[in-house]
Amino acid sequence: MTGQRLPSAAMSTNQAPDGPRRSTVRSLLRLWPYARVARWRIAGSVAAALTASVSVLAVPVVLRRIVDGPIADHDMAALWPLAGLLLLLGLAEAGLFGVRRVVVARPLARVEAAMRGDLYAKLQRLPVSFHDRWPSGQLLSRATSDMFTMRLFLAFPLVFLIVNCTVFLVGTGLMFTLDWRLALIALIPMGPLTWLTHHFEQRYSGAARRAQDQNGDLATVVEESVLGIRILKAFGRHRTMAERFAEQSRSLRETELGKAGMLANLWAVIVGLPELALGAALALGAVLVAHDEMSAGTLVAFLSTALALRWPVESLGWLVAYANEAATATDRFYEVMDEPEPADTGQDGPGPADGERGIRLSGVRFRYPDAPADSPDLLCGIDLHVRPGETMALVGATGSGKTTLTALLPRLYEATGGTVALDGRDIRTIPRAELRELVAVAFEEPTLFSASVAENVLMGAPAAGPDRLAAALDTAQADFVDRLPAGTATQVGEQGLSLSGGQRQRLALARAVVGDPRFLVLDDPLSALDVHTEALVEQALRRVLDGTTALVVAHRPSTVMLADRVAVLHEGRIAAVGTHHELLQSSAVYRELMTGEAAPVPEGISTR
Amino acid sequence: MSTTAVDAAEELAEELPAPAEDEDIPVPAGAARRLLGELLGPHRGRIALAMLVILVQQAALQTGPLLVAFAMDRGIPALRDHDSGPLIAVIAAYLGCAALSTVLQRAFIRFSARINQDVLLDLRGRIFRHAQRLSLDFHERYTSGRIISRATSDVDALRELLAEGLQELLSVVLSVFWISLVLMVMDWRLGLLSLLSFLPMYLSIRSFRRRSQRVYRRSRTAVAAVIVRFTETMNGIRPVQAFRRERANDEAFGTVNHQYAGTTADGLLEMARYVTTSRAIANVWITGVVVAGALLVADGSVELGVLTAFVLYLRRLYEPLDQLAMFLNSYQSAAAALEKIAGLLAHEPSVPEPADPAPLPEHPVKGRTVSFDGVRFAYRTGKEVLPRFDLVLPAGRTTAVVGATGAGKSTLAKLLARFYDPTDGRVALDGVDLRELSGEELRRNIVMVTQESFLFSGTVAENIAIGRPGATREEVEQAARDIGAYDFVAALPEGFDTDVRKRGGRISAGQRQLVAFARALLADPAVLILDEATSSLDVPGEQAVQRAMRTVLAGRTAVVIAHRLSTVEIADRVLVMDQGRIVEDGRPADLIGGRGRFADLHRTWRDSLV
Ligand SMILES: Nc1ncnc2c1ncn2[C@@H]1O[C@H](COP(=O)(O)OP(=O)(O)OP(=O)(O)O)[C@@H](O)[C@H]1O
Ligand SMILES: Nc1ncnc2c1ncn2[C@@H]1O[C@H](COP(=O)(O)OP(=O)(O)OP(=O)(O)O)[C@@H](O)[C@H]1O
Ligand SMILES: [Mg+2]
Ligand SMILES: [Mg+2]
Repeated sequence: MTGQRLPSAAMSTNQAPDGPRRSTVRSLLRLWPYARVARWRIAGSVAAALTASVSVLAVPVVLRRIVDGPIADHDMAALWPLAGLLLLLGLAEAGLFGVRRVVVARPLARVEAAMRGDLYAKLQRLPVSFHDRWPSGQLLSRATSDMFTMRLFLAFPLVFLIVNCTVFLVGTGLMFTLDWRLALIALIPMGPLTWLTHHFEQRYSGAARRAQDQNGDLATVVEESVLGIRILKAFGRHRTMAERFAEQSRSLRETELGKAGMLANLWAVIVGLPELALGAALALGAVLVAHDEMSAGTLVAFLSTALALRWPVESLGWLVAYANEAATATDRFYEVMDEPEPADTGQDGPGPADGERGIRLSGVRFRYPDAPADSPDLLCGIDLHVRPGETMALVGATGSGKTTLTALLPRLYEATGGTVALDGRDIRTIPRAELRELVAVAFEEPTLFSASVAENVLMGAPAAGPDRLAAALDTAQADFVDRLPAGTATQVGEQGLSLSGGQRQRLALARAVVGDPRFLVLDDPLSALDVHTEALVEQALRRVLDGTTALVVAHRPSTVMLADRVAVLHEGRIAAVGTHHELLQSSAVYRELMTGEAAPVPEGISTR
Repeated sequence: MSTTAVDAAEELAEELPAPAEDEDIPVPAGAARRLLGELLGPHRGRIALAMLVILVQQAALQTGPLLVAFAMDRGIPALRDHDSGPLIAVIAAYLGCAALSTVLQRAFIRFSARINQDVLLDLRGRIFRHAQRLSLDFHERYTSGRIISRATSDVDALRELLAEGLQELLSVVLSVFWISLVLMVMDWRLGLLSLLSFLPMYLSIRSFRRRSQRVYRRSRTAVAAVIVRFTETMNGIRPVQAFRRERANDEAFGTVNHQYAGTTADGLLEMARYVTTSRAIANVWITGVVVAGALLVADGSVELGVLTAFVLYLRRLYEPLDQLAMFLNSYQSAAAALEKIAGLLAHEPSVPEPADPAPLPEHPVKGRTVSFDGVRFAYRTGKEVLPRFDLVLPAGRTTAVVGATGAGKSTLAKLLARFYDPTDGRVALDGVDLRELSGEELRRNIVMVTQESFLFSGTVAENIAIGRPGATREEVEQAARDIGAYDFVAALPEGFDTDVRKRGGRISAGQRQLVAFARALLADPAVLILDEATSSLDVPGEQAVQRAMRTVLAGRTAVVIAHRLSTVEIADRVLVMDQGRIVEDGRPADLIGGRGRFADLHRTWRDSLV
């Protein structure tokens, strides 16, 4: 393979339903917790639809009366009450049709919203490692089209499944009272239909699921192509991307066509078989009438009842299809909802147990969940103590695990071994919200949100006032904000991309310091700044860092200058700790990282 | 979510103004219909065929009651006279019709699915390609979430329409037409009376369309707002969690979510209203016709069998009412969606490709000369970022651009890469205005490594190969080797075939920069622009890249933007920018020796080194 195409959408392994498929009914039952609030409304809707259908079934009876009575007898006086009854039935039916929809409209819209809200809330609280794993379009499609499918199921197919079955039973009963022989004939096709439907259902749900997954993949491609638009433009690769999109849309098309084919077959049988039976019934009926064993009116009533039952039977096809789609949508929804949310084992901690303050990492180990089994841990036994009020620089080669290490402090990832303690409290005992209030982070990629400058910065401390905002911006030397069109109220655009790289980074820095956190983690916070601005930021930061315990990832000597001491991360361990000058003397690794000059090789250190 | 929270959020959602109309260019009236026409146009023949199929199918289906009437009026009397011929014929015809309608129905489903899917494929492709064609300044305003919602949820709305709609509409129209015809033939007086019902029906349809159009427009905007919020949160999950935004986000999402739910419910209620009125009209009419028919039978001008069949047909005439309602409903929803899509498609790229591109002069050397002639630039939203300037970058030279953050370095680079067109003046490559170059020619010659190193999900090799899609695996690996990325890539679990996941999240920031760099090398352009391409690398890594650059950049025209002035040492020339102006311009050694800003910058930087 020669990389002829753009990266293919990563279909993560966790989507394919593994093991035996959950049955449609069992999947659908899982909608209950959400549908519960609307249960009476749904019941009302069913009742209205049922009553309407019964009134529809009553119509032929009335018609028969009219035909056999007033018309046959030329008795116009008797016509009026029956016509009145017919009108009444018609109006009742219309009213009930309306009621059926009205009672569920708002409740079901709310059910959908509640599910979507819960999914969103859940996703926000699932660990970063979950988000690493899942393509974004798969999440989005669960929140949009799947929700829609599930709501629609509760509104129509569910109601009709109940109603149509009932109508069918009642209608069949009615047919039996009219003439049991004809009724039996009309019933014959039910056996094969049931079997076929079952068979269909099994195959269809597989295809429905595939289509939903492919829809999600399409969303992923669209999202990536828009977020990566600069790269695609820079390399003029939009055609390649469009081809990849087209390829995926084509496979979705194939799946959809497959679904349509199955549905067409089922439909043909479902429509055809009853018609055959009806033809037979007509023949027999005609013979019976001819031999005066049955009245013409009865035959008319029987046939119109049978015709009225055609829809309940025919509808079975799409009802089953729809139920399947809703079931797979529900499965997809619960795949996310079933994901265990990391337990917040926060007990209100016992305070500094051993009296030691600052940040203490002891024997911390970490490996990414998807690391190959035979690879060593990325972090294998980190021991580090950052004293209270101290600023510690963390230095290490590209890809050595600095960012990973900093992500452990606010528990964006969970250490796989060892303990991290803040002021003597194991972070696993601190409630997450509190922990994240204690630890503020400036990430290496300054992710901003499409909101105003002020909102972006104050994310770090929602309660802070304008003076704190000003102070934070001041610390980050973000005086450029004053020159923006609307000052701190300027919208920064999606991901802050209407700002320059350095401007974004400074806002991210301001966001980290605005809350005046006890512990501060800065991941390469000055990489996008010019040397002058860098010096100014450092000066200002030093004042802030004075009372704060901080861990600062650094690549350059200039950033290291911020720190009181430096820790060198090498091969998953802290190889050395000391001041900048001490380490330059004592640590060959450090010297190489800072100067680029290869070490005089006493310990056989390989470069990067 | 507790009910009270839902109620509160819903109240809040209702208090808020309706989601603003979010297209910034007005969508011309009828744009949705025109787009639908364009989409369906190429399939005209097949749609006609589908119509034919469903026509025959309906005919077969609707003959049923006629045959029943025939059996009653002729078959039974004949049987009484011991003549079973007519009845047998009728039954045979009935079964034949049933079989025919079944086969045709099946054919129609398959056939129309094919048409639908082709239309959707076309529409998706159009949206996608158009979004790709649009310029950066558009994307900066429109946001990714809204494009996603156009390409997914809005397309879904059309899918709903096509999936059932074509069949619904056709069978409604045809069966109404057919049954009307039969009714008229059976008895024109009763027929005329029945058809009179179309007038009130039409009025109720018109009112429904008007009202639901408004609702669905709001609904499309609301769902886009949901998607925008959703994607932005998921894309920024780390800061969201680190800054404890979960609750605030839940609330903000709740607002748009309930706004959307509100419009959904409004749509359903409009539909309920319509269904009720139309059904009431239908049933009143049936009663009327029965009474009138009874009177006609009474005075002997209509046969009993005819009235029976008539009433059966009449009920069938109104049977598709529900289908019509569904169709109208999906049509309104799809129309609103198509309107949004048409709005997106109506945006013209502000950086268009030329209609007839100019060729670049052939050249023995690799590099090309870049010139900015009287260029001035302001972002759409902001003040002037680059005041008028002239600049020539001779072929084969490496120019470093330095200056304070926000000075306009990246802007200059983006003009050169034609991400934007200058507000005034022109940027030219070998004397040819960039606006006159075809997109392909432009990208073969000018490539930029942007300040944000974005990787796509997919393997490392695939990401590097974006630079040159035809590249062999060896070339890809060589590019990685050239800038010192080979070792780390080889050490990944599956080497070059390791999936880096969305946005390259599986590798470190420095590693992403290396991959992005390798990508540009592979592209092998005449003009290479590096915007802070090494800012996240460690010092040894950066030095390795610099060593590589000496050979890699040889012969090319290069623009290197960097805050770490070590990069500058490989440059032939340095431009110092300040607030959009080029304030110093010269050879590095000269500038360092002088007393200007660069000398100052350089000194500060020197001091910062060990
Ligand atoms: N989400 C992830 N899943 C799997 N592996 C990862 C993930 N993130 C990082 N890695 C791997 O872990 C290693 C350390 O990554 P990390 O981002 O911590 O490096 P770093 O020290 O911050 O590097 P840099 O200086 O480039 O930022 C890298 O080799 C990377 O490939
Ligand atoms: N897309 C945009 N829309 C509006 N204004 C922008 C946009 N991009 C940049 N700007 C503004 O233009 C000015 C110059 O930005 P530019 O990105 O060119 O700076 P830079 O010199 O590259 O800075 P840095 O070193 O921080 O990357 C800044 O004030 C910035 O806010
Ligand atoms: Mg990092
Ligand atoms: Mg820049």
